[in-house]
Amino acid sequence: MSVLELRGVVKAFGPTVVLRGVDLAVDEHRVVALIGGSGSGKSTLLRCASLLETVDDGQVLLDGEDVTDPRVDADRVRRRMGVVFQAYNLFPHLSVLDNVTLAPTVVHGRPQAEAVEEAQALLDRIGLADKAAEFPDRLSGGQQQRVAIVRALAVRPRVLLLDEVTSALDPELVGEVLALVREVAGQGMTIVMATHEMGFARQVADTVAFLDGGVLLESGPPGQVLGEPQHPRTRRFLARVIDAGRL
Amino acid sequence: MALRRRRRARPVLSTVRPGAALPPPSALELERRAWRTRRARRSTLVALASTLLFALVAWFAVTRSPGWPRVQATFFSPSAALESLPDIARGLLVNLQVLVVGGVLVLVVGLGTAALRTLRGPAFAPLRILATVYVDLFRGVPLIIVLYLVGFGFPALGLQGVPTSPFVLGTAAIVLVYSAYVAEVFRAGIESVHPSQRAAARSLGLTHRQTMRIVVLPQALRTVTPALLNDFVALQKDVGLISVLGAIDAVRSAQIQVGRTFNFTPYVVAGLLFVLLAVPSARLADAVTARARRRQQSGSLL
Ligand SMILES: Nc1ncnc2c1ncn2[C@@H]1O[C@H](COP(=O)(O)OP(=O)(O)OP(=O)(O)O)[C@@H](O)[C@H]1O
Ligand SMILES: [Mg+2]
Repeated sequence: MSVLELRGVVKAFGPTVVLRGVDLAVDEHRVVALIGGSGSGKSTLLRCASLLETVDDGQVLLDGEDVTDPRVDADRVRRRMGVVFQAYNLFPHLSVLDNVTLAPTVVHGRPQAEAVEEAQALLDRIGLADKAAEFPDRLSGGQQQRVAIVRALAVRPRVLLLDEVTSALDPELVGEVLALVREVAGQGMTIVMATHEMGFARQVADTVAFLDGGVLLESGPPGQVLGEPQHPRTRRFLARVIDAGRL
Repeated sequence: MALRRRRRARPVLSTVRPGAALPPPSALELERRAWRTRRARRSTLVALASTLLFALVAWFAVTRSPGWPRVQATFFSPSAALESLPDIARGLLVNLQVLVVGGVLVLVVGLGTAALRTLRGPAFAPLRILATVYVDLFRGVPLIIVLYLVGFGFPALGLQGVPTSPFVLGTAAIVLVYSAYVAEVFRAGIESVHPSQRAAARSLGLTHRQTMRIVVLPQALRTVTPALLNDFVALQKDVGLISVLGAIDAVRSAQIQVGRTFNFTPYVVAGLLFVLLAVPSARLADAVTARARRRQQSGSLL
């Protein structure tokens, strides 16, 4: 059974139909990279998957449970997912440590001491243990984004949803964030990530899915979708990406 | 890495055509919508029922209490209410005039003061200081003192050309005090606009004033509208204070009736009229705040 599955997900904002029937199944320990042009609906898809938007049709299943059912408590579902956005992730009024321990203690009711210990260990792993007491604005963008990922991991989510976590960063900071994603993926975390980093998608993803015109036009192993795309629109998109020097 | 298994698979090509019209909602979605409607209806019913129940209990508790007949006769006498209503309503028109004239003036003076306080550069120091002193002073002094000083003090000077109408003087006092508050609201709004917005405008060659008028103020206004509406609600009832200067407004009319009959119902009538006046503004403030919040979240559920 897939950890996360989208079945015919439709989402429209007024007259703008952004998703017109998206099917996507993400198995445990797999990494899916969502690619597609700007405005193709990658963020919308991730927001629907994390129940930050109500779908207009179709289903989202988490561990086989239909979480788009209005009878399901969305807060309870979101506790089982980790979401990291492009920017503005950390709470500026809380220290790095408090950012990481917030959800484990307040939402999951873990003892403070245990949560702190675990958070310290996580921060240690990303080399930011000495920044635990700092406030987010004293960290670089890359450090902030790594803390944001660690914060999402601190609740031990079933699936990690990453929305272009590197696109707000300076090029030299992108590497450190991608390295962390790679490490997290290596440890077996199930990940869906929207990204413009094709090289990274090729190396780390098990599946690359190309979103275009509100549907997943083509999905498969990165070697095939990025190397020998079947659909002319995928080819055109990748040609543009190559022109921009991103592959 | 031990957990990763690479799977070779054929690529999946979607069968949904990008440009095609959206199919009608599925049975599942229709059922979901029906359930949401049912739940919304149920919530409304529960709210209605519990409100009714509460009102009934409160009604019985009050009307069955021993002192109620006397309380009713003194504060809620229907005949006294009817008798006093025409005069009070006519008085309320005076309050409304003060409200409209005062409200507009407060906006102008408040915005001007806020703009003065945000002026940079040493040449503007006196203006800036003046504006600051004014705000500090009139935010600190109780409105009633300003009313006495302006309303009774000015005419006592006996100067030529100083208006003596309690309407004009009362409005002036209210404008003085409220403009100081509103100036601070505006200033907070102006300062909440991110500095890079100003930098972007200036880098396009706009002057300080153009930057303010075209870029900063529109954004600031959007942020402060809820706070301004809140101040407007406060102003609506404070216009009743001009009665202390002898203006025949709603409060004063009520006072006259009470003095004549020793029944306090006219005060209750005047109070209720002020509440009726305030309710639409309060709801409008709520709505504007909610809209601003929705816009910030750009359609998200949270
Ligand atoms: N809250 C909203 N209200 C109206 N339209 C929206 C809203 N959110 C997104 N859209 C529209 O939905 C479409 C998809 O947006 P989305 O943010 O999902 O794209 P994206 O693939 O993430 O793009 P990018 O790569 O630039 O981040 C866009 O056309 C956008 O204008
Ligand atoms: Mg996006």
